[in-house]
Amino acid sequence: MEIKRPVPVVPAPVWKDVKDLQEWQEHHKSRPETGDKHSALFESLTDGIHRFPGGFVVTTPADAFLNWARKSSVWPVSFGLACCAIEMMATFASRFDVERLGMVPWASPRHSDLMIVSGTVTIKMAPMLLRIYDQMPDPKWAVSMGSCANSGGPFRHGYHVVKGVDRVIPVDVYVPGCPPPPESLLNGLLLLQDQISHFRRTGQRAAPSPKVD
Amino acid sequence: MASEHVPLVVKHIDYTGAERLTMNMGPQHPSAHGVFRAILTLEGETVVGVDAVIGYLHRCHEKLAETLAYVQYPSIASKTDYVAAMSSELAYVMAAERLAKIDVPKRAQYLRVLVGELQRVASHCLWLGTWCMDMGGALGGGATIFLYCIRERELVLDLFESLTGARLLYGFHQVGGVRYDMPDNWASECRSTVDLIEKRVLEYEEMLEGNAFFMMRTKGVGVISRELALDVGISGPLLRASGVDCDLRRLAPYSSYEDFEFRVPVETAGDCFARYKVRMVEFRESIRIVRQILDGLPEGPISSRPGVKAVAQVRVPKGEMYARVEGPRGEVGCYLVGDGGPRPYRMKWRGASFSNLAVLPHIIPGHSVADVVAIMGSVDPVFGEVDR
Amino acid sequence: MDAAQARARLAENPDAVISGEGAAIVVTVPASQWTMLAEFAKDSLGCTFFSFLSAVDWKEEGLEVVVWADNIDAPFSLLMKTRLGAGVTTCASLSRIFRGAAWMEREAFDMFGIVFEGHPDLRRILLDDDWVGHPLLKSYAVDTPYPPYR
Repeated sequence: MEIKRPVPVVPAPVWKDVKDLQEWQEHHKSRPETGDKHSALFESLTDGIHRFPGGFVVTTPADAFLNWARKSSVWPVSFGLACCAIEMMATFASRFDVERLGMVPWASPRHSDLMIVSGTVTIKMAPMLLRIYDQMPDPKWAVSMGSCANSGGPFRHGYHVVKGVDRVIPVDVYVPGCPPPPESLLNGLLLLQDQISHFRRTGQRAAPSPKVD
Repeated sequence: MASEHVPLVVKHIDYTGAERLTMNMGPQHPSAHGVFRAILTLEGETVVGVDAVIGYLHRCHEKLAETLAYVQYPSIASKTDYVAAMSSELAYVMAAERLAKIDVPKRAQYLRVLVGELQRVASHCLWLGTWCMDMGGALGGGATIFLYCIRERELVLDLFESLTGARLLYGFHQVGGVRYDMPDNWASECRSTVDLIEKRVLEYEEMLEGNAFFMMRTKGVGVISRELALDVGISGPLLRASGVDCDLRRLAPYSSYEDFEFRVPVETAGDCFARYKVRMVEFRESIRIVRQILDGLPEGPISSRPGVKAVAQVRVPKGEMYARVEGPRGEVGCYLVGDGGPRPYRMKWRGASFSNLAVLPHIIPGHSVADVVAIMGSVDPVFGEVDR
Repeated sequence: MDAAQARARLAENPDAVISGEGAAIVVTVPASQWTMLAEFAKDSLGCTFFSFLSAVDWKEEGLEVVVWADNIDAPFSLLMKTRLGAGVTTCASLSRIFRGAAWMEREAFDMFGIVFEGHPDLRRILLDDDWVGHPLLKSYAVDTPYPPYR
């Protein structure tokens, strides 16, 4: 007896057919893959040492040490935008306590390494957000928390809402949820630490790995 | 290179306070409670003018409400006042129910009151924690009370999580009733939680009121007069701290509030400390209401309508309705204009924080910069509701 | 003063249209009597608690401004409405009578483009100063794109 496979009635969505995703792709083409974490001078310097015969003996342990240090003291700037900020505060506070991961919520962007974009980014807020991100010293990371920051979420169709914070700043880890519970954010922060520890060369991002991306 | 010697001109700095300085505060400020920007004009350390800039979280709620059906919007309405999502959902749902003349079963009404009062406890916990953290150093390692308060708030959120499955934004209310009934053992858990919180609230009061710095920073700071309070339209604990006995649960009882006994605290001083006192009493009164509900919860259905099957299920006739509830921050109202379809023609959201914040330019001038933080914390704004 | 007396006092004005049931009184007046009504409500009816001011866009019929004020001693509430008429975008300001109306009128200006005459500081409040259009008008699409972040 021949078994017929069921014929799908509704065609599966194709990546290329989704207009928003195309736009997203187009937007990210213009952004350099590695160019947002370090200065050009620093890159050429470390690159030179690395290419020098035997230079990798210096750079590899140095990278390992620096990555360990970086991932063990990621200080997020305490920057709350909307509903997710309340869950972010809960993550910082008693029960979930991110300080055991070496994260100290810090009020000044100039001493911070991580920006947790917690909530809807509006068109009025986006320039401010960009300015605060620019004030943070390199290397710096960004976690987009919640569906509003990921894509606009339930407010996506609003006239005053930026459809995803990745249109404003580069994002390393996206945490889904509306709002994500603290466990979810903690998972995102652990993934970020994993990503930081896999920096390829000093100041350069890791290649996409199945675990992180 | 021939260089001219340019004499260094030191601008005369007037320390007597005649020179005016403009200082920007926010939108990223650790004690701004969200995205609030105040442009302060200073004379020395005294604030003489405030320009409040809001709108950094304007998420087009009112416009989106015109495109979403009555069964869809309540879960978005919870994102206006996200610290007290239960009361903002209730305002929208009540406006639609009253306009469409839909009855709500008694058990659903009691459950609405129950979650509303638990939400008030959770919201006031967050307010007390963040406010004391803002005043920071005065309380000796300011984060202490914040950590304590969040600890208690988590207990309430656990109750909500086992009731609705969500911690912050619930989607608990629907037009005609509520979505979820209490699970087994929930009542006894709830009872032990509120017992614990009542004990801890007493602890906080002893800790704070025995602290001389706390009293210095709150007593006589940010006085709102009765006349100003009514004129600007502030509501909730702020209004009651200014000597106005106005509580919508008493004034215009909704959702069977007339069945319960509770006291409405009124203070006459109108300063930060009075607002603190009012909220501390509200903690206890909310717990009292919760106990009364757990004792006398009637049996029966939890919704007069079946669960949601189609988006256009609820249709509301032509007309207008303003429904309001007493949220933790005050009067949360929803002015709904229906046109007979499944979507409202116009929805105006009256956020309590919007009006409460409008009082800042009237009361801040004359205070020092450090007091701005204390006053703003005592107002307890939630910016989802201010900017909508 | 209770709700019935307030109704009777309001009915003395021949131009006012009174409706609503129970303690929620709805009164509609021509735009020319707008500030007069607000003053009357505050001083004579005791509606001192100002709740909100907003507007409704009735497309061809023009804009309608609504104000809700409460008498918290009685208690009753008063919904005051006025139609501005087709194409008219000016209205008298209530900010001299209720101080809370100042921000609410700024919001109505921001969202509907209603110019409140006599307002001390009429600027946009929620949107940026350089925003084009007034979003809550029915002619404004909800997903109108805005550069540079779309």
